[in-house]
Amino acid sequence: MNRDELLKEMYDSTLVGNAPAVLELTRAGLDMGLDPETLLFDALIPSLEEVGARFERGDFFVPEMLIAGRAMAGALDLLRPLLAETGVEPVGKFVMGTVKGDVHDIGKNLVNIMLEGAGFHVIDLGVQVAPERFVEAVREHQPDIVGFSAFLTTTMPMFKANINALQKAGLRDQVIVMVGGAPVTQEYADAVGADGYASDASAAVKLAKDLLMRKRARVLA
Amino acid sequence: MTTAIIACGALGPPLREIVDRREWDVEIHLMPALLHNRPHLIAPRAERLASTLQSRGTAVVLAYADCGTYGALDDVCARLHLGRLRGLHCYDVFAGAQQMQQLFDDEPGTYVLTDFLVQSFRRTVLRELGLDKHPELWPDYFANYRRVVWLAQDHSDETEREAMRIAQMFALPLTIRHVGTGSLERELEELINNAQLVGPGADDTEEVSS
Repeated sequence: MNRDELLKEMYDSTLVGNAPAVLELTRAGLDMGLDPETLLFDALIPSLEEVGARFERGDFFVPEMLIAGRAMAGALDLLRPLLAETGVEPVGKFVMGTVKGDVHDIGKNLVNIMLEGAGFHVIDLGVQVAPERFVEAVREHQPDIVGFSAFLTTTMPMFKANINALQKAGLRDQVIVMVGGAPVTQEYADAVGADGYASDASAAVKLAKDLLMRKRARVLA
Repeated sequence: MTTAIIACGALGPPLREIVDRREWDVEIHLMPALLHNRPHLIAPRAERLASTLQSRGTAVVLAYADCGTYGALDDVCARLHLGRLRGLHCYDVFAGAQQMQQLFDDEPGTYVLTDFLVQSFRRTVLRELGLDKHPELWPDYFANYRRVVWLAQDHSDETEREAMRIAQMFALPLTIRHVGTGSLERELEELINNAQLVGPGADDTEEVSS
């Protein structure tokens, strides 16, 4: 198998969520001398983006997203230390959590995988994260971005509570706030004072990079 | 005036029982319960069906709560002058929004079952979520739940045994709340009594007072 064949096989195996094959191909690629970034950016990420696109078109459903995500997560476990060894700095630091009162985390976890794949260092606080825990995490980790996830209309108001808590702690201006989840809309995100909203994992990664770039440009200006 | 109820298939059995017992002269149009797994499809399908029925001179009501459409069904109701069941989902219809909020306040990790979900769990949940082929995904879906609550409408030993089996799959305790179908019946009655005739024939019908 040559380089291109291996990357194509890796792309296809991720697409169908064949985790053992993806792991095996990751090892084979590294043995072949391919660098971790190549495996990540030329096979894994494009494949997961295609999974996202198929989900949007209605060709894939949640199970397909999850098994593909798991396949990629397995490869990332292998690549993560190697990427760190290469001295490549993370694109940015992202603190993520599902808001207090909400235990839903499928979407959040998919976003985490995509963010990690895109080079972010993700600190996942889990589910039912209270405002004070977000504040504590922002203070401790000093992330570029903090993400709030909610699946219920009844827990969405926690976005505002979290933002207020950041404000009260004097941290709001230091961190970009992104929100997401099934019931969330751009209008709602604007109303609560979030900096960004994305409707799916792929869009979340693009937006995170964009918001980060703009923030850094402002700092330099 | 003919009245049609467009209902979620998950409400089919109690709905038919109520309609038959009360001898209501209504048409029942069930939409697939599995649409709940693709909730963005519910509102457009309900709107198409309701429009067709209205164009035949039928008054229409929706036996749906919000059901994960996040307001899209309310938009349909506003456009076509329809009424729908109150609440966010059928749990609210059976148990009341206040009791449901209390359940989730007490334990956010509450997995809720209705009779329909108990009886169809293997098909509508396990198969639909791909767990029959990928049991390894179980924690991805359910790891954060801490208890299973069955809102029992028509309590039978067989359904209770199945509810117990489901709770065992979760390895969680089962709580049974006997909610019956009384609130569904009251809401349906109210919807039917307030159903409006819209479209052809509406101007000639005395029942339309608004």
